[in-house]
Amino acid sequence: MNSEKNEREPLFSFKNRKLLLNPLNKDNPITVQVLGICSALAVTAKLEPAFVMALSVIAVLAISNVIISLLRNGIPPRIRIIVQLVVIASLVILVDQFLKAFVFDVSKQLSVFVGLIITNCIIMGRLEAFAMSNKPWPAFLDGMGNAFGYGWILIVVAFFRELLGSGTIWGYPVFDKLGLYDVGYKNNGFMILPPMALIIVGIIIWIQRSRNKDLIEEK
Amino acid sequence: MQEIVNIFVKSIFIDNMVFAYFLGMCSYLAVSKTVKTSVGLGIAVIFVLGITVPVNYLINDYLLSAGALSWLGEGFDEVNLSFLSYIMFIAVIASMVQLVEMVIEKFTPALYFSLGIFLPLIAVNCAILGGSLFMQEREYLSIWQATSFGLGSGVGWLLAIVGIAAIREKIRYSNVPAPLRGLGITFIITGLMGIAFMSFLGIKL
Repeated sequence: MNSEKNEREPLFSFKNRKLLLNPLNKDNPITVQVLGICSALAVTAKLEPAFVMALSVIAVLAISNVIISLLRNGIPPRIRIIVQLVVIASLVILVDQFLKAFVFDVSKQLSVFVGLIITNCIIMGRLEAFAMSNKPWPAFLDGMGNAFGYGWILIVVAFFRELLGSGTIWGYPVFDKLGLYDVGYKNNGFMILPPMALIIVGIIIWIQRSRNKDLIEEK
Repeated sequence: MQEIVNIFVKSIFIDNMVFAYFLGMCSYLAVSKTVKTSVGLGIAVIFVLGITVPVNYLINDYLLSAGALSWLGEGFDEVNLSFLSYIMFIAVIASMVQLVEMVIEKFTPALYFSLGIFLPLIAVNCAILGGSLFMQEREYLSIWQATSFGLGSGVGWLLAIVGIAAIREKIRYSNVPAPLRGLGITFIITGLMGIAFMSFLGIKL
């Protein structure tokens, strides 16, 4: 933090751009930091709930990062977890009520997983690791970056599960229109079941790490 | 009575927290490197689930759900506070974890030192909040059913984490492709274990 310096940092300086872009790949919350797996897997049987979930997490993470960053000098360290949980829980209640009001059927599909955004480790993890020690604007970018990093994995997993499992994209019957069923293609019902989500994330990690050798773990 | 046993067995095998709902995956992946620590965390989870689910059941039944406040008098029949349930549940969980930690420290220091580091971690384990939210969604009829659901989910979680820890201990000696090492292979094994657990789906209870 360089509050003493008079020269102002440009809004999208190199450092700030990195905050936004790193979590998309090199520092991805799901495949590298291993945060927030629970909800990532459970809501990805179809694209629509995955997309709504990604948007909810983006909203909650960006806003809570900013709020905690604004409060950071006033929070006594001993009770910071409770303060963080209260901020997150209030935001999640807002998101939940919003979803119930405007997209009720998606909110029914997501069931308990909207509530589980509260204990999504991405949010607690970023608040603890970043927002507690940084100014609001970088905290906002960090929140956006991490939530987008989470969101794109969600959408990729959901895309493959919906395409191969139900033969549709966002409810549009792609394989049916292509006429694949007439030549004997069958939907792979297994893709909709929970274990396949884990295996697809495993494969994404595999691809990502073979492209980016720095991420390979020591034996 | 039979219903209670059914719920217990069902929540261990069929509705397993990890394999059917992916709850508590963060600590499941982070702490499953050795069997010994994973047993410790598993026991702590059973403990906390066994306490928080019934407590949240009472809160939900007597304070939050629609018409729950009718014991206060006629005028409260219509009150529905269920939108507050997230914040109430998480507050109960955080304070219960703190309380359990203090009680264990006071009375059984040996257990405290073996669980020590894991207890505070549990407050943000999704399996705990998930347990309470599923309890609310499934509308169990009595506190005993809720308790048996809480304990059963805890046992299921323990089984899952001990299983994966045992496999990870062995897999250290195998020749896993470099990019899959560590996290990647753990995901794929968890997927395979989930497929194995799906064979319990056929059981009708």
